Amino acid sequence: MSAVTEAAPRPRPLREDVASRRRRVQDLPVALLFILPATIGFVVFLLWPTLRGVWLSFTDATAFQPGGFVGLENYQRMVADPVFWNAFRVTIWYVVLNIGVQTALAVLIAVLMHRLTRSMVVRGIVLTPYLVSNVVAAMLFLMLLDYQLGFVNEVAEALGGDRVMFFGDQSLVIPTIALVNVWRHVGYTALLVFAGLQTIPENLYEAGRVDGASELRMFRSITLPLLRPYLGLVLIVTMIGSFQVFDTVSVATQGGPANASNVIQYYIYEVAFSRGYDFGYASAMSVALMVVLATISILQFRLTRANQNDMA
Amino acid sequence: MRKTAPLALAGAVALALSACSGGGPGSEDPATGEITYWLWDSNQLPAYQACADAFTAANPDITVKIEQFAWDDYWTKLTASFVGGSGPDVFVDHLSKYGEFAAQGQIVPLDERIEQDGFDTGIYADGLLDPWQYADGSTYGLPKDFDTTAFFYNADLLDEAGITAEDLWAADWNPDDGGTFEDIIAHLTVDANGVRGDEDGFDPSDVEVYGMGINPNFEETGQMQWANFTGTLDWDYLDTNPWGTRYNFDDPEFQKAVDWFYGLAEKGYAPAAGVFSEETLTQVGSGSVALGTNGSWATRSFMELDGVDVGIAPGPVGPTGERASLFNGVADSISASSDKQDAAWQWVQFLGSTDCQDIVAEHAVVFPAIPESADAALAAFEEKGWDVSAFFAYEEEGRTFLPPITLRAGEVNAVASVAFEDIALGNADADSLTAANDEINRILAE
Repeated sequence: MSAVTEAAPRPRPLREDVASRRRRVQDLPVALLFILPATIGFVVFLLWPTLRGVWLSFTDATAFQPGGFVGLENYQRMVADPVFWNAFRVTIWYVVLNIGVQTALAVLIAVLMHRLTRSMVVRGIVLTPYLVSNVVAAMLFLMLLDYQLGFVNEVAEALGGDRVMFFGDQSLVIPTIALVNVWRHVGYTALLVFAGLQTIPENLYEAGRVDGASELRMFRSITLPLLRPYLGLVLIVTMIGSFQVFDTVSVATQGGPANASNVIQYYIYEVAFSRGYDFGYASAMSVALMVVLATISILQFRLTRANQNDMA
Repeated sequence: MRKTAPLALAGAVALALSACSGGGPGSEDPATGEITYWLWDSNQLPAYQACADAFTAANPDITVKIEQFAWDDYWTKLTASFVGGSGPDVFVDHLSKYGEFAAQGQIVPLDERIEQDGFDTGIYADGLLDPWQYADGSTYGLPKDFDTTAFFYNADLLDEAGITAEDLWAADWNPDDGGTFEDIIAHLTVDANGVRGDEDGFDPSDVEVYGMGINPNFEETGQMQWANFTGTLDWDYLDTNPWGTRYNFDDPEFQKAVDWFYGLAEKGYAPAAGVFSEETLTQVGSGSVALGTNGSWATRSFMELDGVDVGIAPGPVGPTGERASLFNGVADSISASSDKQDAAWQWVQFLGSTDCQDIVAEHAVVFPAIPESADAALAAFEEKGWDVSAFFAYEEEGRTFLPPITLRAGEVNAVASVAFEDIALGNADADSLTAANDEINRILAE
């Protein structure tokens, strides 16, 4: 395992000779051929839908009619729509809980794996929930946490506690969904953090031990600072995924009770497919979500200096 | 980033669907080949499969492929398949939904074909065909069955409480004190100490058996919740039904009834919102609910509940002196996107005929739209020992009313369902419906 991940300075040729330049020109068709499949995928599945989505947000298109240009009407409607702002608040509350708990747990698990065991079996077990699909996980917890018949509530009552309306209580529904998704994703996040941990050279810990530092101290002064760029990237990736929470809500609560779990992606889906088939308005909200996510990503990238490493 | 996920999803669904429904070998000759038929009720699947078999026996050139999706997924799947231009050829349609599809040109008017083939629409029971006339005057569906709602009760729990089926049939109701109907469900309620809801020392926070279950279906129709009560007021959903443009959720009498209905949970006579995530079928089946509303379509499921002896009583007589139920008809519609219009029409005709409806009647699952087939269904229910007269009590000594039929029903439902759930959750009183009503009327005015 290499201790230093920073790329070695790239050897730069002093002068490019004519032959190599000609060779590069000859390589161009082949290079393009290799890039083509990925480009087609990118254009068809990302670029085109994105451009089309932005265009639709300025139209009154429905599922069945192409619609015409309406300017900023959809955006004006969005700003005045209390359900949209509720969805926005609910989503942020979800992201805060989901990412907060998930990141803390993931670092804890990763550090334990790093400091205590190298066992592949343990790593495998940690990853297992991630192999369960979101829909299956949602259905599983829907049954486990059911107020009447759920295993968890049966146990709670047997132990003398009260039954809890996990999915039916307005104040508990988002924390419940957030924790269900933590259960599913924490292992994967932990592995990403674990990969970052492995780039930290062992001799730093040896030095720390020689100086008589405790595990906690070493975590604070060695692990955390050197993990920062990895943690930054993990945060950006998981947060974007978290903002897009949909399947758990769709399966477990359909946005209820009374909009308490109506997250933004679910609201967009509903507007587009089950109430007015209003593709124009749904697209406008999608564009808004894209802007928010882009802003957060850039901010995070800057704040965590995820492209810089403190390991000199 | 996936901000266009819904669109991409629609595209993917469209691709997938068009890939698997490409014109079969018989697509040039339209009255042959395979047609797809969608329905939502799994209980009716065997009956309609039998119809399809009989149909193919009579028309060997046409086969019918039946696909069933549960109600919650049904309408979303249908919309997605329409967007992809590859919906089912024929599908079971609902009164509260078809206006949207007709407005968007996704289903075809049947009048010309009815006239051409001299199809006799007089065979249907009164009032079943009319609501399928869209605002443009064209007919978009042929009726196949109808339903009303009533109260399914656990006969053993009634016995224990000393209440007879006759008491339930004779119950009256009003929005002020709930009448004798509330007395009955209060007496049927039992708390953890065995104290009944109408006795001293009853603890509404620790109830073992609820007098009345409430379905978790928050809808503008109220069909699964309060419609049996509000129907007995001098009140209707709309200024005119069908195709009204003003809802009446702001009516004080209606709001009083809604407050009474959701207020039962506070008294302990009904479970609070969220306690049961399943319908009254499961609630009554669990033994912890004495009675609950459901539709005639659920009769079979209730009667086949394990270990529970179920009976059916109609809704109580209300302030107008009548009992009342929502009366809903289900019909078959043909997709505009179907490339086998002729074959589809043949199938729809057969579905709406005595031939098919008699087969359905034998299965004792629903009441066919054709009176003589309905009689056959009644006989089939009777043969099984299931007394379904409660569902007909409204026709004989009360009134039935249509669900609200308007344009933009999807948006109306979105606003109404949240408004009613907010009341059930205790976030608001029924007077909050006035604001929701304004919002709905604004949607309808657009």
